[in-house]
Amino acid sequence: MEAFFQHIINGVSLGSIYALIALGYTMVYGILQLINFAHSDVYMIGAFIGFYSAKLLGVSDSPSYGSFFSVLLIAMIGCGILGFTIERLAYRPLRNAPKLNALITAIGLSLLFEYSGQIVFGATPQLFPNILADSIIFSFGEVRITRFDATILLTSLCLMVILRYIIQSTKLGKAMRATSFNGQWASLMGIPVDRIISMTFVIGSSLAAAGGILVGIKYPKIEPLMGVMIGLKAFVAAVLGGIGNIAGAVLGALIMGIAEEFVVGYGASTYRDALAFGILIVILLFRPAGILGKFSVEKV
Amino acid sequence: MVDLKRSVLFPVMMLFVFAGLNYILPHTFNAYIQTLIVYSCINIILAVSLNLVNGFTGQFSIGHAGFMAAGAYLSAYLTMNHAHWAGSSDGLNFFFNTIAGGVIAGLAGYAVGLPSLRLKGDYLAIVTLGFGEIIRVVLLNIDAVGGARGMYGIPKTANFFWAFTWVFICIITIKRLIYSTHGRAFLSVREDEIAAESVGINTTRYKVQAFVISSFFAGVAGSIFAHYLSYLNPSTFSFMKSIDVVVMVVLGGMGSISGSILAAIIITILPEALRPLQEITKIDFRMVIYSLTLIVLMLAKPQGLFGKLELSDVWKRLSEKSLGKKNG
Repeated sequence: MEAFFQHIINGVSLGSIYALIALGYTMVYGILQLINFAHSDVYMIGAFIGFYSAKLLGVSDSPSYGSFFSVLLIAMIGCGILGFTIERLAYRPLRNAPKLNALITAIGLSLLFEYSGQIVFGATPQLFPNILADSIIFSFGEVRITRFDATILLTSLCLMVILRYIIQSTKLGKAMRATSFNGQWASLMGIPVDRIISMTFVIGSSLAAAGGILVGIKYPKIEPLMGVMIGLKAFVAAVLGGIGNIAGAVLGALIMGIAEEFVVGYGASTYRDALAFGILIVILLFRPAGILGKFSVEKV
Repeated sequence: MVDLKRSVLFPVMMLFVFAGLNYILPHTFNAYIQTLIVYSCINIILAVSLNLVNGFTGQFSIGHAGFMAAGAYLSAYLTMNHAHWAGSSDGLNFFFNTIAGGVIAGLAGYAVGLPSLRLKGDYLAIVTLGFGEIIRVVLLNIDAVGGARGMYGIPKTANFFWAFTWVFICIITIKRLIYSTHGRAFLSVREDEIAAESVGINTTRYKVQAFVISSFFAGVAGSIFAHYLSYLNPSTFSFMKSIDVVVMVVLGGMGSISGSILAAIIITILPEALRPLQEITKIDFRMVIYSLTLIVLMLAKPQGLFGKLELSDVWKRLSEKSLGKKNG
């Protein structure tokens, strides 16, 4: 029973990292109907920005909340700028091209980041700087909550609350919702659609950067290809919850995280990567638009 | 009346040509170029068969590597562990095993085709991706085929003859299929599913058919790959391999067989052609250039190299142009 609760805690911790990345996928998809494959590499670059900024700030061996949050902030800002640049240079020229072209461009960008990452950062895994010390902050019998898990959970929770505030209660969020509902109508109503799309990329990318830093502190090995599998799973999580739907992305990510921890915990760890897709296929068979997605019948 | 010349004579002639090439090529080129030629053939089969689903039927599959893996592993397993098919030679044995690999891949394709009845667009894409990954992970866990260590010592029975023959079979099958009644049905599903349905086309059936045929050939390509490299590892058939094939199809032009063939050759050769650059700079820029080429091509030529045209159309258009100039 104790193992059960421990797996749930680990699963929620992993799931909230997936959620941060899945949010970027789902927001971009909601607004552009584009699977932004390069998003997983923005996450990777976020981790590397954290790696280098910790070195530059000289905090790579002084674990404290101060160094954690400053590194987090720098990575989020850096990736925000990166996301803006990607959208401006690669996706905006393709705004009116067929969807598939944008998709292939996204794949091309993803490959570009991965391979130039291998040149710039080196292909061997690097040890993420020790910017936060781990300790057990709460234990109940065998069930332990570590500081890492608590930090991951609280940080992602805070970011999600901020995101929800932005989307539900600010002018920007209103414009984003309008654009995602119908871009053309939104622009007729005087919403600067291009700027809103840019902002979506900035927000999504900085969330991915936060994911990168959180993964960096918990699983401290970072390498240029670290985004591939986790990006894929985050995307699956977004689809699982109903892509384009923000609450769905978080729900899907939590399901994925918990399910994965259970599979690993109960002995079938080699199947962990297959499990994600297994769940996805089963759920899509029953709810073709994801758990919270709306299934719309095409009318003629 | 069957057109004897086209349906019998031409294939038989081609088989003789392939047999001749099989004899000549090993003496003409070194092992490196020979490998490139066989890899091009494998990629052509993959790209042309995926084009049936992505280009002609308008679905979006990004799990082709999974079907390839299924075919590769089953055929290799049969070759290594199974008795020969009643008294056949190594070559024929390979042929039958390849077909077996194709059939298992086709069955897997049927399993993927079924959910595609309900899913559309990106959802379908992600399910095919998922199936591909599941096949890979399952193979990783089967100890009988080596698991993560991979499968060693598969007899090297694939040669130019079989590679060319399968490319030929694949291209002819898909080309004939597209220009048949069934082919028109595939195209109608791509153009407008609802309209196709309302004139009585069983869209579901055609979508599943496209998946099965396409994955059959992916399995065949996998079998050739296994019997040429004589080593298999699940990591070969990752998501990246599927993406490679999708890139070939889109680069060549969705719905153009000639385009797929050309793009498959380009994508096989491009990283190798850039190898001298790596030797000069001592840094592996090849994949960076490859991905940049991809982005630039998509921005500059969104329809792919051929669009929906075939080589014969392009040729016709060019010759008409030059004729028009001559006449006035």
